[in-house]
Amino acid sequence: MSRLVVAGIGPASSVQDGGRHGAQRYGLTVSGAMDRLSLAAANALVGNEPFAAAVEIGPFGAAFTARDGAVRVAISGAPRNADVAGNPVAMDTSLTLKDGETLTLGFARGGAFTYLAIEGAIKGEAVFGSLAVNARAGLGSPYPRPLQAGDEFSVDAASGAGELRIELPKPPSGPIRVVLGPQDDEFDDANKALFLDSEWKISATSDRMGYRLEGPAIKHLHGHNIVSDGTVNGSIQVPGNGAPIALMMDRGTSGGYPKIATVITADVGRLAQTSAGTAFRFRAVGMAEAQDEARKFAQLIRNLPDRLRSADSVALNIEALSDANVAGYAVSAVDAGTWQVTAEP
Amino acid sequence: MAATLPPPRLLPSGDSAVTVEFSRTIDDDANQRVLALDKALAASPIEGITETVPTYRSLLVHYDPGKIGFDALGEKLLPIAIQPPPPVTKARRWRIPVAYGGEHGIDLEDVARALNTTPDDIVARHAGGDYKVAMIGFTPGWSYLSGLDKSLHMSRRQSPRLLTPAGTISIGGVQAGIQCLAAPSGWHLLGRTPVRTYQLHRNPTFLTEPGDRVTFFAIDHKAFEELDRAAEAGEIIAEQVLA
Repeated sequence: MSRLVVAGIGPASSVQDGGRHGAQRYGLTVSGAMDRLSLAAANALVGNEPFAAAVEIGPFGAAFTARDGAVRVAISGAPRNADVAGNPVAMDTSLTLKDGETLTLGFARGGAFTYLAIEGAIKGEAVFGSLAVNARAGLGSPYPRPLQAGDEFSVDAASGAGELRIELPKPPSGPIRVVLGPQDDEFDDANKALFLDSEWKISATSDRMGYRLEGPAIKHLHGHNIVSDGTVNGSIQVPGNGAPIALMMDRGTSGGYPKIATVITADVGRLAQTSAGTAFRFRAVGMAEAQDEARKFAQLIRNLPDRLRSADSVALNIEALSDANVAGYAVSAVDAGTWQVTAEP
Repeated sequence: MAATLPPPRLLPSGDSAVTVEFSRTIDDDANQRVLALDKALAASPIEGITETVPTYRSLLVHYDPGKIGFDALGEKLLPIAIQPPPPVTKARRWRIPVAYGGEHGIDLEDVARALNTTPDDIVARHAGGDYKVAMIGFTPGWSYLSGLDKSLHMSRRQSPRLLTPAGTISIGGVQAGIQCLAAPSGWHLLGRTPVRTYQLHRNPTFLTEPGDRVTFFAIDHKAFEELDRAAEAGEIIAEQVLA
């Protein structure tokens, strides 16, 4: 066995996988990766199952050091500057860290979440089939909380397989697609139109539980209280102040505000990767289109291994990598105390 | 009577779930039908359904659109959903110990004042109730109970508390609840139970099921400590009665 040691990590980073299914009826949240496609891509690069447990790295930087042998990893998701000992590393590629080498990731440049998959996957004790961290319920493995510097994973020694890159389709850039309902009849046509025609921004106070949306206030037809009913990933509820909240992976399993619309499965990850402050719109689609997109999205994930190529077959595009600063170790502009690089204990 | 309710509505909840809504209000007949549909689907599963979540008034059905489409699922669900629910022949009944008032129920005296009565009277009315677990939601094991004595219906707190303790026994609006984990809450805290409705490494992990019946009985704070230790060690300290 090798070890992968968290040499430094910002807040909002945790172990995530495909989520915890089967106990929502008991109030147990699904959790799991905010961007399932990027999780699956990172896993494909190191030969794991699509929804194997990996590190979900929040918007801030992170660094990982291999110990007791080589460790093979891959990164996908929100783009970042990444390097090993000053040598740039591309997104959507696998790489093998030799014993003692450190992979350093800068801040997300657009997007929010980057996934670090480890060959053989993160090992731990599954609850309802999942290692996903749900900090509120004290669930997740091997650490039932956000990751901290000094945490480490016992991992398979690198297999020595050739390094791979993955060619992902360009993500759609249009509006985030929704299906209206289940409580769109709690809003009149003018307010539904206001929701669909307005520009929205994600508030900086958003987290894995919900994304608060900044824009015009949406008014209810009969007040904002409904008798609590079930929620899904991507439910967009409108509380009393009229500011919609898109429920994300750590959502409560039930809620008592009317839900005007639901983000389609294929676009939940795109919404998750929309940076705070970036303007976007919603577009309503019919059920047939939404389900067709859901099936295509599932197929895309299933067929990710077909998109793998040898990393040697293209030269690394160093210019593209260096067109933004390679930040390396950096200090959070939000809270300097939250970002610390410590030596391995 | 349940049979007088209008047929349920199928409300799309995105591309992978449908809400089967029996009522817009808290209604015991509607809840009975929710639980009956849930039970029927468990007994005869429909291909493609991945998970169901019963609530007061609706059943949320998660499904895989790769296996079944919205229309086809609706066509299979509706005939089952419009069946009148079979009469409840037996339900599990839990007797749940509660340490009322003091540090464990910091709102008991305020509730008594607001309702022009004594804390003992509030305890008698709360513990004298016969409740049903209408749904479980929000956080693991949080059991929402119907059957709260009408004289105890009162609006929620003006400002919710950011954190209330694990085991909190509270009332809010027309509802009563057993809260398992520490969580934010706008309800009125009457007491605390040492019973864990959710405990990770215990078998069963979850104690209560929607449809179970619940009664409460008062214990003193010393008994709370003892039972709490036993519960922490994984003992199921709630008394189960088969009604």
